[in-house]
Amino acid sequence: MSITRRDFIKTQAAMAAAVAAGTTLSGVKNADAAGEDDIRWDKGVCRFCGTGCGVLVGTKDGRVVATQGDPDAPVNKGLNCIKGYFLSKIMYGKDRLTKPLLRKRGGVFDKEGQFEEVSWDEAFDVMAEKWKAALKAKGPTSVGMFGSGQWTIWEGYAASKFIKAGLRSNNLDPNARHCMASAVVAFMRHFGIDEPMGCYDDLEHADAFVLWGANMAEMHPILWSRMTDTRLTKPGCEVHVLSTYEHRCFELSDNSMVFTPQTDLAILNYIANYIIQNDAYNKDFVEKHVTFNKAATDIGYGLRPDHPLQKAAANPDVGKFDPISFEEYAQLVSEYTLEKAAQMSGVPADKLERLAKVYADPNKKVASYWTMGFNQHTRGVWVNGLLYNVHLLMGKISEPGNSPFSLTGQPSACGTAREVGTFAHRLPADLVVMNEKHRAFAEKVWNLPEGTIAEKPGFHAVLQHRMLKDGKLNAYWVQCTNNMQAAPNMNEEGYPGYRNPDNFITVSDPYPTVTALAADLILPTAMWMEKEGAYGNAERRTQFWRQQVDAPGEAKSDIWQVVEFSKRFKVEEVWPEELLAKKPEHRGKTLYDVLYRNGQVDKFPAEDVTDNVGNVYNNSESKDFGFYLQKGLFEEYRLFNSAAGIPKKGHEMASFETYHNARGLRWPVIDNKETLWRFREGYDPHVEAGSGVQFYGKPDKRAAIIFAPFEPAAESPDAEYDLWLCTGRVLEHWHSGSMTRRVPELYRAYPDAQVFMHPEDAKQRGLKRGQVVKVQTRRGEVETRVETRGRNKPPQGLVFMPWFDAGQLVNKLTLDATDPLSKETDFKKCACRVLKG
Amino acid sequence: MSGAVKCVGDEAVKAKGWLGAHKYLILRRISQFGIWGLFLLGPLAGTWIVKGNLTSSLTLDVLPLSDPFVVLQALLAGHVAAGSALLGAAIVLGFYIVVGGRVYCSFVCPINVVTDAARWLSERMNLPKGWQPARETRLWALVAVMGAALATGVMAYEMLNPVTIVHRAMVYGLGYAWTVLLAIFVLDLVVSRRGWCGHLCPMGAFYGLLGRGSLLRISAVNRANCDDCMDCFAVCPEPHVITPALRGAGTETGPAILSGDCTNCGRCIDVCAKDVFVFTARFNNAIPERGDTVMERKDRDAA
Amino acid sequence: MDDTVKSLAGSASRRRFLAGVARAAGAAGAFGLVVGLFGRQAQSLPAVAIRPPGALSEKKFLSACVRCGLCVRDCPYPTLSLAGVGEDVPVGTPYFIARRYPCEMCDDVPCVKACPTGALDPELNTIDDARMGLAVLVDEETCLNFLGLRCDVCYRVCPVIDKAITLEMSHNTRTRKHAVFIPTVHSDSCTGCGKCERACVLDTAAIRVFPRHLAKGRIGEHYRLGWVEKEKHGGESLAPGMVDLPDRLPDELPDALKGWKP
Repeated sequence: MSITRRDFIKTQAAMAAAVAAGTTLSGVKNADAAGEDDIRWDKGVCRFCGTGCGVLVGTKDGRVVATQGDPDAPVNKGLNCIKGYFLSKIMYGKDRLTKPLLRKRGGVFDKEGQFEEVSWDEAFDVMAEKWKAALKAKGPTSVGMFGSGQWTIWEGYAASKFIKAGLRSNNLDPNARHCMASAVVAFMRHFGIDEPMGCYDDLEHADAFVLWGANMAEMHPILWSRMTDTRLTKPGCEVHVLSTYEHRCFELSDNSMVFTPQTDLAILNYIANYIIQNDAYNKDFVEKHVTFNKAATDIGYGLRPDHPLQKAAANPDVGKFDPISFEEYAQLVSEYTLEKAAQMSGVPADKLERLAKVYADPNKKVASYWTMGFNQHTRGVWVNGLLYNVHLLMGKISEPGNSPFSLTGQPSACGTAREVGTFAHRLPADLVVMNEKHRAFAEKVWNLPEGTIAEKPGFHAVLQHRMLKDGKLNAYWVQCTNNMQAAPNMNEEGYPGYRNPDNFITVSDPYPTVTALAADLILPTAMWMEKEGAYGNAERRTQFWRQQVDAPGEAKSDIWQVVEFSKRFKVEEVWPEELLAKKPEHRGKTLYDVLYRNGQVDKFPAEDVTDNVGNVYNNSESKDFGFYLQKGLFEEYRLFNSAAGIPKKGHEMASFETYHNARGLRWPVIDNKETLWRFREGYDPHVEAGSGVQFYGKPDKRAAIIFAPFEPAAESPDAEYDLWLCTGRVLEHWHSGSMTRRVPELYRAYPDAQVFMHPEDAKQRGLKRGQVVKVQTRRGEVETRVETRGRNKPPQGLVFMPWFDAGQLVNKLTLDATDPLSKETDFKKCACRVLKG
Repeated sequence: MSGAVKCVGDEAVKAKGWLGAHKYLILRRISQFGIWGLFLLGPLAGTWIVKGNLTSSLTLDVLPLSDPFVVLQALLAGHVAAGSALLGAAIVLGFYIVVGGRVYCSFVCPINVVTDAARWLSERMNLPKGWQPARETRLWALVAVMGAALATGVMAYEMLNPVTIVHRAMVYGLGYAWTVLLAIFVLDLVVSRRGWCGHLCPMGAFYGLLGRGSLLRISAVNRANCDDCMDCFAVCPEPHVITPALRGAGTETGPAILSGDCTNCGRCIDVCAKDVFVFTARFNNAIPERGDTVMERKDRDAA
Repeated sequence: MDDTVKSLAGSASRRRFLAGVARAAGAAGAFGLVVGLFGRQAQSLPAVAIRPPGALSEKKFLSACVRCGLCVRDCPYPTLSLAGVGEDVPVGTPYFIARRYPCEMCDDVPCVKACPTGALDPELNTIDDARMGLAVLVDEETCLNFLGLRCDVCYRVCPVIDKAITLEMSHNTRTRKHAVFIPTVHSDSCTGCGKCERACVLDTAAIRVFPRHLAKGRIGEHYRLGWVEKEKHGGESLAPGMVDLPDRLPDELPDALKGWKP
């Protein structure tokens, strides 16, 4: 027993004394700073979500021993969520990988062999042999890489350059595909430029908040704290929450709406209809700044082409939209009456109307937030767009408090996945591979022969797994993500793809994740403060940190791995003669020489990295390569977003040095000033004087309102599989739990996943709370326990299961149906049943 | 049982073979360990035949059994059992009334193995018998235990009861219960031979009272054959119970051992080469019992 | 002579007998006293040991529990255990330590069903009615939520979330743009299951479950809460029929007083 009776009596006595003295009981005061003086503190950024909380990292004897929320960081002012509280422990799990591991039998690589420790040389030798064999046999489309919104900015940039320019394959996609690809496509369609126009300051400026498929209370805890404060302190402030099940945000909600999955499409069209019917729309704004359009419909579900649903679709994957008049638009939305929306969604009419009124009230500033409820949606691009329609009709956009805001899940979904072009169709700074001019610009910046970059977009995340399974993608590298656990339909696509004997799979990770264990080669990776890094958060804030400690054993950063691996390829091995002929000076060089020792990236010599008080920091990559790799990559990347003559303006960034000296800056950074609200005169330097608002991402400087109708989900409950299955996260664990489940306290706080179920649904199935059950879909089965209480309260007919638990792989169950436009999986809707275990 | 020293039961071994001369001992050990095994089968093998422990258990999810000694304490402490414990205690009570209360001591109680061992060792080492409190002491202890329950309103003795503590520990994990076992072993070995079971244990006293009218009895039916080898006295944990039955011919006492103190352990049957003793019903007692107190018997023996 | 000897011997033996009885009775009395005192002392329960759901008040429990462990056997989790020799908990009685493994609050309350004596009250059919203990946020100085962080793990693991623990929100005066979420336990709903204490991420838990008598204060019966009494009275004043004369105010209130209510 930890407390003896005597101790307890003493505690009681102390309590009594404290109460008598009129104070609250204090624990033992932290020992005074004695001995803490030798902790070195430096600024950093939280490793987890897209909020981007600033932290200070304390190191001592080559180890991160403590962290603190940076009291001066504008986002979090010294606060953290419970994951952030444990940042210092994430790097020190007992099973950190410190040596490359290769599947071997009889001393040589064997797909069916056991993992054995190998040297980096052997690892890269085997890997390069496999990659070259694939390239030789089937060309660039047979190699690919899967990256991450948790990569640092330069890691994404270096990988993009290696795969797209070096190997001439566009098969590079980030896990952000699962996360906010729908938001990206919607930004491009409606505004012609990626990322939110507003910033976190909207959280203090808005009069009303609407959450559309965002459980901010758990997933963006610090932003939720800010929103809550505004709700508490601003008279008249309201919070509206829409979700397919009741979650923690409902606690603060003034207007709680649980809607039938997929009917958010109908609700949003109803709101637009309400605004028009009540003549409430902002005529001046609509007149000057908006165009009306209509999307192609019946676009399928992003499934394999032979899937019946795909065959039945009239316009599979068609993202076209055509201009219409305001009157036509009004006519199209008029179908979505209050009665119809209420009937479809199951939300009482008075609640829907109350919501519509908030948007329609010209005197109320409305901030709308969404994350995966919108993005992981087979009509994710549409539903993002329908919300923009509402904001644009009212002109409630691009000014303090009026803000449709796509929250990101990952620390650098914006900074890395989106901005440096790690998507299968993108190049740095919003450029795309399909655009000849963009390709040409990139080739020019990178000093590559014209035609190096392939025109056709590569395989996106879900397609990569399909292509692995089909044997068309044969050499594959996963960095900084646990995609076997994260990607949908693991049983039918992911796992068979990895284990396909034709394929060689490399996974770089600090820990032996589900993905790593499914691979053929595991590379031990430096993480977080073991490398110099930069993240870009959801409000366009770019934050840098210095390398605080060295990685354990032989672990190396992702960037080192990519750049080092590039040394294994001679240009002649990967480029055709006609390409080489255009740039004969590259002959005989390695990809390393061409891509990274190109006079630009290696421009900055290795130097002592110091902070403002003179502490000196290591930079492992500078040591290994002999030049300041991170700086060189970032400064080259700036040629895409900040140099004169760039194809797309609006992404301007400050110099490398500036970021190391700042707590984080929101781009565009122009004349050493941050931009808080884009497209609005006075806030955004790109908007011409006198114009008020300019959506300059579009050639006509007008944002697009695009009508799209309700279309059903890919798979809905039926007699056989009678429940909706919705998956998601919990506050205590970060994504697949590979870091947070290794923190004992977080593991204890939420050890294993459960399936959240309505008590009546459980009763009907004869299930008791805590009982072991099987959750089954057409694709697989997972054993878990039933939870009928607690944080999530699904309505009847829907169950919720988090995916952090490597012991309960919920993505064996999910369907790989995606938004046909964004290719982002709908992890929120498929049909399942729950049986006694 | 070899060597120069004459050991109890040597003759019986010669006459009936080792197995024949240890039949009841073996049966008792099988019973004691078998019961333990039944309780452990669930937690160790996942086969749930008996759940709980000797104070209260549930067999095959239907049969409740409870220790009347403990349930009586609860009653005196002011709690009328609301569950199956009363029924369980009644069943157990009925059982021991039939087979002899102290069958609990000899066939069930886990402490018995330890006190038997202590006794065996004590005899082998020729240690002095030590302190031998009066047989009645345990009756007074029983009074004290029940009185304490009545007075304090809690089952005070259950904080100390080595029998339940040890058995519980054997079923639920040992903890420091081995110290209790050790204490009893040391008590019996060096302080008071057979001190615990024979003189002090209030539980034994309780079951002894239960067994006063029990049906199953050992009877010295063939007492005529007795060759006064004294092995039965030497082996008997409560030797005073034998005298009236074995030596009762002169006082017109029947051959059945009727004292509640008899534990029906059957060791007298085992060690008797002449097959003097057998298990029988109490009514097979040709000569009716005569009032015969311990004191009187002692006086008579002295005379 | 013989008779005299006999009677002398008889009286001597009677005396010896009586002396023996007196000695034994005295010893038994002393033994009883020791047992009783030990029992009284050993029954004091440490504050971290929590009884299973439905346990009678501690004294009654110790008169009723036969320490058979059937509740332990039927507990589907590693929650319950029997106190061993040398622990501070009365030996053989069932308990759990929340920080080690809390009560999972099974819907069908199997431990109570298993109890053969009613030491766990058979009337307890709904686990929400269990009152094993009461969670108390003992240390506001280390509770991360009091410091403004977003931990609230205790709140989210609570099986009676939003009733037994709520987050009381207020303005964070230090950052001036965040809220503070104070985990607040409500004794009318807290079952004392201990999930909060178990989950508390601190090195030493800031929220703990104590036996109710240690955790709960009591307001004096000589004072009633006016607003509560009024609500109980259907919102009517307990002293009805009062008049309230209007205040004399200027026709047009000065700006400073606009919205002011007397």
